[in-house]
Amino acid sequence: MQGYILKRVLIAVFTIFAVLTVVFFVFRLGPADPVSVMLPPNATPQDAENLTKKFGLDQPLGIQYVNYLKNASQGDFGASFRFGEPALRVVFERFPATLKLGMVAFTVSVIIGLAIGIYSAVKPDSIVDRFGRVTALAGMSLPSFWVGVMLILFFGVTMRWLPIAGRGTLLHYVMPAFCLSLYPIALITRLSRSSMLDALKSDYVVMARIKGVPEFYVILLHAFKNASIPVITVIFGVLSGLMLGSTVVVEYIFSWPGIGRLVMESYFARDYPVVQVFVIFVTFVVVTLNLIVDIIYAYIDPRIRYQ
Amino acid sequence: MQTNQDTLLELQDVTTTFFTKQGEVRAVDGVSFSVNKGEVVGLVGESGCGKSVTSLSIMRLVPQPAGKIVAGKILFNSEDLMEKTNEEMRQLRGDRLSMILQDPMVAMNQLLTVGTQLGEPYKFHDKVSGSLRDMCIRLLEKVKVPAPESRVDDYPFQFSGGMSQRALIAMGIANSPDLLIADEPTTALDVTIAAQVLKLMKEIQKETDASIILITHDLATVAQLCTRVLVMYAGRIVETAPIKTFYKHPAHPYSMGLIRSVPVLGRPVDRLFSIEGQPPSLFAMPKGCRFAPRCNRAEKRCFKQYPPETRLEADHSVACWLYAED
Repeated sequence: MQGYILKRVLIAVFTIFAVLTVVFFVFRLGPADPVSVMLPPNATPQDAENLTKKFGLDQPLGIQYVNYLKNASQGDFGASFRFGEPALRVVFERFPATLKLGMVAFTVSVIIGLAIGIYSAVKPDSIVDRFGRVTALAGMSLPSFWVGVMLILFFGVTMRWLPIAGRGTLLHYVMPAFCLSLYPIALITRLSRSSMLDALKSDYVVMARIKGVPEFYVILLHAFKNASIPVITVIFGVLSGLMLGSTVVVEYIFSWPGIGRLVMESYFARDYPVVQVFVIFVTFVVVTLNLIVDIIYAYIDPRIRYQ
Repeated sequence: MQTNQDTLLELQDVTTTFFTKQGEVRAVDGVSFSVNKGEVVGLVGESGCGKSVTSLSIMRLVPQPAGKIVAGKILFNSEDLMEKTNEEMRQLRGDRLSMILQDPMVAMNQLLTVGTQLGEPYKFHDKVSGSLRDMCIRLLEKVKVPAPESRVDDYPFQFSGGMSQRALIAMGIANSPDLLIADEPTTALDVTIAAQVLKLMKEIQKETDASIILITHDLATVAQLCTRVLVMYAGRIVETAPIKTFYKHPAHPYSMGLIRSVPVLGRPVDRLFSIEGQPPSLFAMPKGCRFAPRCNRAEKRCFKQYPPETRLEADHSVACWLYAED
């Protein structure tokens, strides 16, 4: 088990490194450079040269990359071009807002997704199942930027029920959280429904009923424990990364002051250090959660634990 | 068929239908038979003839929502199981009425310890006295699983095939049921282990005096354990006979074929006998006798009308036109 975890950690470190390298070079291939974006229109060529030197952008790309890696390995991820502060601090200052929104959306997705999924499998073709299937299809097909704008139009502008931007009250969470959880709900519903259907058809479920185990235990203890393995992979392994990615769009639409909006603004400003920290951070979170998933597997399934 | 005091289970015209997209399938079509107290009855037939669905119908565990018992009565201790509520059925199952499935590797939940699964019949019928773990250990002891004190905490994947089947039998007999249905309990096992498991079932039957319905397609197993045989073909019982009569004077051409296709030790054969053709498709059942298309003694009327049940002796009856009085 320890060797297994060590191996996973090494793979994780390599993954972060690989992602960082790709982002570092691809970002710099783009047409605009940070200096021309940041300088006022009346700036002199001298100003531009000074700024280029200050950011270290005058050096060859290879040297920039080596320097960045050297500093990053010591915890220095460079200073934000826009704020002048360390990029790491800039990102982490904005992180709590994203975390709160993310947790709300995540919790809502898991509860609603599992509830509809399990119920649909237990009572196939019931009203809940039919409704769930249509909703899941919609949730998977509708892009969040469109849903976000439509929500603002209807609930914010026309009905004036909900605030359309910013954060502060609980009501501010409703639309962005809904927008963020639409796809995850759909995914969890479909997956938990299909794996529960499989589990409920199995012989060990028949055997449990033969033994007179009450239906509640049959569904949750016997069937769901088996069905939960693929569901957990998706919930932690896939959704966490997906949701961090969609925060970029959703936070931008609802002017939510989190890292999603920050990275969008930093991208437009060609603020390399901030975007790089964001990418490292997201990769780190996804890789760590996948590591946790592997450990949860071992906890649920004795066949992995005893190997 | 009259009910007497010794009758534990009596099926009257039980019909179980599956409603599928391709159409309705009568997996069990008007089956009637009875099982006396302490009796071991063999239910024999080819794969897909409705043996397992018959047993699941008795347990009222026909796969939902496609399957449904559409007609008939299932009298257990003179009470009709068809009229029981789901909760009443749950209380009966695992207590008075129990069943053993055929493949222990899939019939056990791989994520729960053997002990947890063994304890369930006790736990959910309020029969725990003292330590549940001790009860499970005693149960494993009863089915002769070695080192039960440590084995009780193992997971099913740590058990061998034979031990898993023993554990599965243990789950079935935990509360000493009045009726135990064993659905091909030895099919998944190799011959030596199968013999041990059958011996164990014999011992348990003697000890608990439970009635057993042994479902199998293996006539040798029937010969070892049963006192009476029910032969099922395409959803119907075609012959009922005491074990000796069945082997010496089988009446139905299908039964004769079954017995002829068993090789006999010491009697050389060129080619093993087999019944020609395939069982009929459940979607396109023949109008008359269902065995007629494969029967070498079929007459015209066999294809027109299903034969009535004829009683040859007090405990030997057959559904075949060869014996019909008209």
